[in-house]
Amino acid sequence: MNRLRLTKIAIFLAALIPLARLVWKALHDALGANPIELITHSTGDWTLILILTTLSITPLRRITRQYWLIGLRRMIGLFAFFYGTLHFLTYIWLDKFFDVHDMLHDVAKRRFITVGFSAFVLMIPLALTSTKGWIRRLGGKNWQRLHRLIYLTGILAVIHYAWLVKADLRKPIEYAIALSLLLLYRVGVWLSNKAPHV
Amino acid sequence: MLIGKPPAIPSSEITPKQTYLNRRKFLAGAAIAGAAAATGVAFRDLVDPALTAQANAKIDGLQKSSFSTSENQTPYKDVTNYNNFYEFSTDKYSPAELAKNFKPRPWTVTIDGEVKKKQVLDVDAIIKMSAPEERIYRHRCVEGWSIVVPWVGFSLSELIKRADPLPKAKFVEFTTLYDPKQMPGQRTSVLQWPYLEGLRMDEAMHPLALLCFGLYGEELPNQNGAPLRIVIPWKYGFKSAKSIVRIRFTSGQPYNTWQQSVPNEYGFYSNVNPNVDHPRWSQAKERRLGEFFKRPTLMFNGYDQVASLYSGMDLKKNF
Repeated sequence: MNRLRLTKIAIFLAALIPLARLVWKALHDALGANPIELITHSTGDWTLILILTTLSITPLRRITRQYWLIGLRRMIGLFAFFYGTLHFLTYIWLDKFFDVHDMLHDVAKRRFITVGFSAFVLMIPLALTSTKGWIRRLGGKNWQRLHRLIYLTGILAVIHYAWLVKADLRKPIEYAIALSLLLLYRVGVWLSNKAPHV
Repeated sequence: MLIGKPPAIPSSEITPKQTYLNRRKFLAGAAIAGAAAATGVAFRDLVDPALTAQANAKIDGLQKSSFSTSENQTPYKDVTNYNNFYEFSTDKYSPAELAKNFKPRPWTVTIDGEVKKKQVLDVDAIIKMSAPEERIYRHRCVEGWSIVVPWVGFSLSELIKRADPLPKAKFVEFTTLYDPKQMPGQRTSVLQWPYLEGLRMDEAMHPLALLCFGLYGEELPNQNGAPLRIVIPWKYGFKSAKSIVRIRFTSGQPYNTWQQSVPNEYGFYSNVNPNVDHPRWSQAKERRLGEFFKRPTLMFNGYDQVASLYSGMDLKKNF
């Protein structure tokens, strides 16, 4: 077993902990007074954390010169999609109870739902094209272009969070700072690539 | 008060407080043992530390009130562990723990503004002004959840009559204690401190408006606004100011804290109204804690008897 395999197994197990915690709490009557709210917030938080984690792989591998880290990115990205799906399911199942009319009304009228929903929908093509086959079919360049959608998902997800809080913006701001740094790194790389090399 | 639907949970299924606490202790014990055996720290926060509810002094001689609803009451542990009390934290599960060492005595309330005689009253003198009643009220948060709480208190009008406001007093303003040492949330600038709330005089004089110093037959737990708060059941929860240190009578409309914070989202009146949405979310339905399905929100939270206070007013404008 090589380093990548082991790390992947470790991250796979670690990424399941938030879900395991929710299940444990559900079985032990520990989800608090408003379980649906807690599940919604927890799955939402982890979606954002995992989006930021997958965005940090590229800077991390370049800065540390640990290029093998790229092998982790797909799995972390898929976990972001996994928690995003749970978050979305909590909303349509537990919160709206599949009331499609109510949901469509929400998506159209509630801007924090609109951006959250968009962020989730934008992740679907990325999850679908995450396989080797699709990278081949699309070609590396196109595939990479498509997967830059994750930047947009990240931005929309942070806006979604900021727009739903009542007054305490501290956590959305923390996420916004982390996201800005990760995106600025890319802008920096892009600018330095554009600059003529002497 | 007629309620449309039968309650979804039979009262036989609500865990009695004592059983609940015992089960809690057992679970806590089992989980701590498990955590020690297994990974230790990682498991510790699975056990809720806040749920060691402290027993407060009982309030004797409670009178029943015809204003009380017969709906299922929200369990004590939920009423005392799920609190929007930004003076302690914006996280609803934190005030129970953070308010543990809060000192609700000695406590005085300043009565001033447009009154015949300004005075500083001891909270225990206020509590003795009238016979304590149990009032089981629906309580609807602007966030879209609701609870049913057996509050203890008497009509706010009892205090106002004794305060003897002048004719030019048209509003009443309530100020929450400002003490960042005791209230860690006040060390942040999430809201402007101290917390201010207000009512129009006729609203404050309405018999439903409650001056509250207890719940579930005991003194108010700190996290619920000890030692003295108001409960205005037809308005969103944030209108019901907690830990009150000052009651000021004014001729002009008070500028309440949430209105200051986001004026286009939170108004002065803030009556529960399923037809006027919060700009960012719907107010048509609510989740009663403990219930799976949302239920429709009622106009004035079901307290139709206050409707006459607002006759002729555009409630969309005066949200």
